[in-house]
Amino acid sequence: MLEQQLINGLTLGLIYALIAVGYTMVYGVIQLINFAHGEIYMLGAFFCVTFITAVGLPFYVAICMAMICCSLCGILLDIIAYRPLRKAPRLAALITAIGMSIFLQNLALIIWGSRSKPFPQMAVPGYLKEKALVMGDISLTWLQLFIFAVAISMMFGLFLIINKTRIGTAMRALSQNKTAAALMGINVNFVISFTFALGSAMGAVAGILVSVYYNTLYPTMGYTAGVKAFAAAVLGGIGSVPGAMVGGIVLGVAEALGAGYVSSLYRDGVAYAVMIAVIIFRPSGILGRSVIDKA
Amino acid sequence: MLEMWGVQAYYGNIQALKDISLSVQAGEIVTLIGANGAGKSTTLMTISSVVAVRAGSISFEGQDITKMSTDRVVGLGITQVPEGRMIFPALTVLENLRMGGYLRKDRDGLKEDEEHAFQLFPILKERRRQHGGTLSGGEQQMLAIARALMARPRLLLLDEPSLGLAPIVVENIFEVIAQINAEGTTILLVEQNAQMALQVAHRGYVLETGRVTMSGTSSELLADPKVREAYLGMD
Repeated sequence: MLEQQLINGLTLGLIYALIAVGYTMVYGVIQLINFAHGEIYMLGAFFCVTFITAVGLPFYVAICMAMICCSLCGILLDIIAYRPLRKAPRLAALITAIGMSIFLQNLALIIWGSRSKPFPQMAVPGYLKEKALVMGDISLTWLQLFIFAVAISMMFGLFLIINKTRIGTAMRALSQNKTAAALMGINVNFVISFTFALGSAMGAVAGILVSVYYNTLYPTMGYTAGVKAFAAAVLGGIGSVPGAMVGGIVLGVAEALGAGYVSSLYRDGVAYAVMIAVIIFRPSGILGRSVIDKA
Repeated sequence: MLEMWGVQAYYGNIQALKDISLSVQAGEIVTLIGANGAGKSTTLMTISSVVAVRAGSISFEGQDITKMSTDRVVGLGITQVPEGRMIFPALTVLENLRMGGYLRKDRDGLKEDEEHAFQLFPILKERRRQHGGTLSGGEQQMLAIARALMARPRLLLLDEPSLGLAPIVVENIFEVIAQINAEGTTILLVEQNAQMALQVAHRGYVLETGRVTMSGTSSELLADPKVREAYLGMD
């Protein structure tokens, strides 16, 4: 029972973590909570399904195409909605983000309709549905293992990009001092676009994984997931990428345990209770920045 | 090399620069001196395109850079060491240096310049894996200068390199400034410490409330009674 809940929690947590890194990276570079990020996640699922049903692409190819499309959406979202407000008060951009969230949700409603759809099962490779491991009353599906593998390798890839590449170092530099970054010759808008693209691609994968896992997708699915992932990012320490990963996992596990041991009705309640506790007792988050800074 | 004609700039509705015209020739050290709020830092920020020019123009080696973006100005060879140093606190010393050479692709040259930076400031080599934010003020200033040199600038803009540093460190920094210039980099230096600045510079401009009110060679300015009284604390 406990093991099963931990496995379920970890699956969910890794998905939250994939979404949460998108919030935290964008916050890091432009200090904006991109509330439309949940909608990018939703679009990821819809793009993927559309590529499968309308274009007939294979599962894995459709995932890649959906990632590319979401990256472009993320870049456009920034250029159209946020870039004109770069020098405006932060509240203006925040309200715009909420507006874009509502706009994208309704755009999806118009395009794909309000009814929830199943994920096209024929497209999902058969082995993903089989049980990988059954021990007593614990079971682990290949799909869960696939989610672990994809989420962990994407996080690892992200870690390498942020810490080992030139553009990743530029992202970190930009999040620490925008003026100084520009004075180094860093094209600030390019790095911001790159950040949106990266976060959106990861969000898209999360959306696809969830829609396969629960076999359903609907235009408002980004709302709850977005809020949860935002909570995970705050939990880990907003602006910190490892924090978002840890926050996502903690939140997912807490939620699964709450649902398993208390009542599934308290599922969301437990998630928010954890977040509230962290905000009260450790406002900078689990791995929030407390850098010694004389500069 | 650098020419500014009648440059005006604003922060919101407040006019910070009213009429700045100056020039820097290749190979020179030119200094801008003046009181707080005279517009010295803003002048450097307009050259780097961080602050927008409202009227007037700036050109670098005959090319108009008035409306060019900051990264393109850096690409032309103008690098700034900003006031307050603006080290990236959570990047290591080495990463800070790498960011200084962000626009360059020549790996060998970058490696060479890294070594050169460590020769100029040996303490940075010792601290190369430490975060920038853990350095002392003087070390941060050294890092800021070393970082700017990584771009191999042709014109180096230095803003208040002596600010908040112990006198012995200030002397060290000014020796390095003279050395950088001797190696062929043109320098535009903003300083509160007019005495130090005029000793190292070839020429200077005096700024008052957003205007150039006086200019001349360093020895002329050092001898001028008004400069002596207002900026050198002598009468």
